Amino acid sequence: MAEALANGIDPGIGLNEDRTTEVMTVNIGPHHPATHGVLRLVVDLEGEIVRECKPVIGYVHTGIEKSCEDKSYWKVIPFVERMDYVSYFFQMEAYCGAVERLIGLEIPPRAKYLRTLFLELNRIHSHLVWLGTTALDLGAISMLWYCFRERDRILDLFEMATGQRMHTRYFQVGGVIEDIPLGFEAKCRQFVEDMPVRVGQYEALLDRNEVFLQRTKGVGAVSRERLLELGVTGPLLRAAGEPWDLRKAFDYLAYPEMDFKIPVGTVGDNYDRYRVRIAEMVESTRIVGQCLDALPEGPFIAEDRKYVLPPRSELSTSMESLIHHFKLVTEGFRVEPGEVYYGIESPRGELGCFVLADGSAKPARVHFRDPSFVNLQAFRDMAVDTYVADMICSLGMLDPILGGVDR
Amino acid sequence: MPDAPGLELIRGEVERDHPGAVLATSFDREQAALIADPAQVLDLLRWLRDTPGQGYRFLSSLHVADYLPAEPRFGVHYELLNRERVERIRVKAMLADPGEEALPQIDSCVELFPTAHAQEREAFDFFGIEFRGHPELTRILLPDDYVGWPQRRDFPIGGEPVTFTYSEMARG
Repeated sequence: MAEALANGIDPGIGLNEDRTTEVMTVNIGPHHPATHGVLRLVVDLEGEIVRECKPVIGYVHTGIEKSCEDKSYWKVIPFVERMDYVSYFFQMEAYCGAVERLIGLEIPPRAKYLRTLFLELNRIHSHLVWLGTTALDLGAISMLWYCFRERDRILDLFEMATGQRMHTRYFQVGGVIEDIPLGFEAKCRQFVEDMPVRVGQYEALLDRNEVFLQRTKGVGAVSRERLLELGVTGPLLRAAGEPWDLRKAFDYLAYPEMDFKIPVGTVGDNYDRYRVRIAEMVESTRIVGQCLDALPEGPFIAEDRKYVLPPRSELSTSMESLIHHFKLVTEGFRVEPGEVYYGIESPRGELGCFVLADGSAKPARVHFRDPSFVNLQAFRDMAVDTYVADMICSLGMLDPILGGVDR
Repeated sequence: MPDAPGLELIRGEVERDHPGAVLATSFDREQAALIADPAQVLDLLRWLRDTPGQGYRFLSSLHVADYLPAEPRFGVHYELLNRERVERIRVKAMLADPGEEALPQIDSCVELFPTAHAQEREAFDFFGIEFRGHPELTRILLPDDYVGWPQRRDFPIGGEPVTFTYSEMARG
């Protein structure tokens, strides 16, 4: 056969056909490491070039929103944390904030600062996971180890304050469940001091890496107008030059008192997305530092015993506390009928939580507007007419968390 | 957020261009909502998006809530955002359950807001709301052969029966 081919004779099995113009449909995933979770992509390939791309989702749908309707308000918190499992503090804040707005509960200043602090630590953590895995996709394996080293320090901080490394259930309706322990501040300050240096090291590794630059620059660009049409928010939108950040736009938690910048890109390609997230890590570190500096004294959770558990120490001395504790733990608190939508800026964009109360102790509807779910719609625009390898790069830079997409 | 008088002003202006498009307004917990006539919801959304001085050009979220036992029971929520003035407004269209196998229907807003594509599919998937004119109204998160609309309040919850094929075979 080799002889026949060498002589230019078709041996009858079609090896001489021009294979570059044939369109072939290929299935990628759902179990593929480069899909960052269980995402399935059905792509039409012409040679190495993607001509059509359709994400298929739903493989980790667990019915969390439905399950929430069967739990009392405070028992919903650990459920919603498990949606977007990389930014669990944000899920808690969206839900707790929505419930607080429903019942009109004001949280004390210290709780606002503590929440802001943990949210920003979580943002750095999320971006570190993104940077490590995406750089890994592009062949920069060492980035994963460096990023996860710093991520571990953040998880150590979480463990110190909350007892858990992930899914901490730290935020409560009305504040946070516990004050930060002794020694947390020193450890956190050390982290705030180190982190900008580490980010500088990541940049040193990637910014002059020829492979990384060629793989990201000018790849997967989507215009700002198109992104806005598709409802894309977060670093993806900011990379295209739109300085839109809910932390600045809306007044929530301690963000109005914080001094930070919104990094924006220019053309909105994968390199800009990388630059924006890197810069956000530094800005988040600054916010964490400011939270520590300005942390107000006082209670860390609201005093309203109708909604907030009494302190443990009171249970053995006060009858009222015992009754409140019993009521809250068995039935939970009731919420007057109403509905609230509360949106916050998660590491991936606008994370909105809609809660409908029907007057009982369980929410009648909990809906999450997950940024990954909406942002994934822009993936087709990013991937079509690029190489397969660039599609994988774009997917990494899109940073979807499939737990959040599928809920 | 437009405040309560601001909301009434918006309602008055809509009334001039599209009589009857807004059935009622609600201002609750600092959140403004226009309750829309389902037949004219697209007109209202387009008006809010394109009218100079309104500019609610960004659809943050589209979701559905089931208000059972209230009637009409389904509420389709459009969370609109004006990014220049940093204001949110909610448009709510209430749909009655036509009963039996028929699905409640409303016009799709994908033409106005392409971001609604996946979110309308999600609403269809979980509540069985049929969005007329949606280019690809299929299940998105649940399997294609799934039967029922699981996030409706009257959908039975509980475990699926587990079948143990091995022991049944052994017993004959």
